[in-house]
Amino acid sequence: MNAYQPYSIFPLGDSALTIDFGNIISEDINKKVLQLFHHLKAVANKNIVDLVPAYSSLTVYYDVAFLHHSDKTAFEAITEILEECLSRTLNIPEKQNKYFDIPVCYSKKFGIDLNYLSDQNHLLIEEIIEIHTSKIYKVYMLGFLPGFTYMGEVDQRISIARKPTPVKLLAGAVGIAGRQTGIYPLESPGGWQIIGRTPTKVFRKENKCPVLFYPGDEVKFHSISEDEFENYQAGRT
Amino acid sequence: MRITRQGVLDTVQDLGRYGYQYLGINCNGAMDKFSMQLANTLLGKDLNSPVFEIHFPASQILFEKETIICITGGDFLPTINDQPIPLDRPIAISKKSILKFEKMQTGSRCYLSIFNEMKLDKWMNSYSTNLKSGTGGFMGRSLLKNDVILFHNGLNISRLLHERDYVVFPWKANDVVDTRNEIEFLIGSEWHWLTRDAQETFQEHWFQITNEADRMGYQLAGPTLECRTNEQLISSAVSFGTVQLLPNGQLIVLMADHQTAGGYPRVAQIISAHLSILGQKKPNDVIKFKMISLEEAERKIVNQKKYLLQLQIACKFKMEEFLHAHL
Repeated sequence: MNAYQPYSIFPLGDSALTIDFGNIISEDINKKVLQLFHHLKAVANKNIVDLVPAYSSLTVYYDVAFLHHSDKTAFEAITEILEECLSRTLNIPEKQNKYFDIPVCYSKKFGIDLNYLSDQNHLLIEEIIEIHTSKIYKVYMLGFLPGFTYMGEVDQRISIARKPTPVKLLAGAVGIAGRQTGIYPLESPGGWQIIGRTPTKVFRKENKCPVLFYPGDEVKFHSISEDEFENYQAGRT
Repeated sequence: MRITRQGVLDTVQDLGRYGYQYLGINCNGAMDKFSMQLANTLLGKDLNSPVFEIHFPASQILFEKETIICITGGDFLPTINDQPIPLDRPIAISKKSILKFEKMQTGSRCYLSIFNEMKLDKWMNSYSTNLKSGTGGFMGRSLLKNDVILFHNGLNISRLLHERDYVVFPWKANDVVDTRNEIEFLIGSEWHWLTRDAQETFQEHWFQITNEADRMGYQLAGPTLECRTNEQLISSAVSFGTVQLLPNGQLIVLMADHQTAGGYPRVAQIISAHLSILGQKKPNDVIKFKMISLEEAERKIVNQKKYLLQLQIACKFKMEEFLHAHL
């Protein structure tokens, strides 16, 4: 028995497979996913085309043409390579995760769903802000849009279901969906309940690393006024 | 080359952007990768060279310099200076040629490869256009009227053209993208969430592509499929060809601009070798799903790749010989 069990491996079509550690959101499981992800990324096996870590799974895209042989499928070949990694406890230095303190303006102008959340969860807006800013959140994964983070977990008291139909949102919109919180990196339709907006640019296409947050990073929010928001945007801080 | 009339959605695409999905950066790339690679192959270019993916109504393009082009995929009745030109063949065109697309005859997108290297934007290791973030390809967007795409290198083919508007080269592709309606699939990780009846229905019924069909995905209309569980799935990776079951019991097939992860049950996965067939479908087309084994699916995509690589090498030599003999 080693640190990675239990897990299951299943094909995601003929060119990728998913290693699944259980259909749950857990910090420990996510840590394993990211550890394996960083290990495989560092190994840089030329048969691996892409690696996609999620909450509790790691998906590996591989080069079928290269791995496929008459006596063995590419899926079998890559599974052997991965099971070898999974059979031992990987001794890799914990990646230096970054910590961010992110300013958010929780005014009604930007927090378009604050009133709804306040009504639904019987909380004052000040309480929502207090609760949302009181915790350090972990970036479990990215997805949906370039740079979109799935962070968690928010306090049960401000947990709320997403909207049935997405609405158009601005870049920087900060939202909640269930126990998750996140920032829209780009202007986009979105279904999360919006409680504020950050002036921090979490996606900059001109940068070599266009994305601010990486899986495993930690984020804390602090409340700023509309004036401070304008100042941030104008680069006056 | 200059865009003289704007098309509905004409973007630069290659085989896609891999290696950054963990940052939410999706792959993009051509919807019909077979035809996209074939267009490059016939010109003897690398399979992954950027091409234009053209929808109908298409852009009208003025070539200010002479060049060699190849058009593959859907047949939009292309013309050079109002004279019809064939698909799946290299064609030398003179300077001041105007390329138009008259009518959508078959398929839903065609691919235009240009012999010259073009001045385009490579972002995160790919030329594919990411429309959401406005990156890659040509300024990260669909081509607009008056856009000018510059060529890196010149090409003097005036002796070959001999004052003619265009010259069709003597080789062509025999195998082009299939128009079949039967699309093969592998079972997805949540296939067993479907009831036995739903699994049968999935394989026996025709499904129609609805108007909600674009580069991100095709929503299908068909019988409602039932799950035997109401377990919720937490977000996990999805890919080009993932067939998800929506909460209303209908299906969506994720296409080239799919998100990196999703939370709907993944009931099936279209085999890679058939994604190009699906990429040429359009609203109202009907499709049927046929289950095959992973071994067969692998063999089909490997054979497709071999075919393209062999043809690419053959065409590269032919092109060198042909140009040498005529210049």
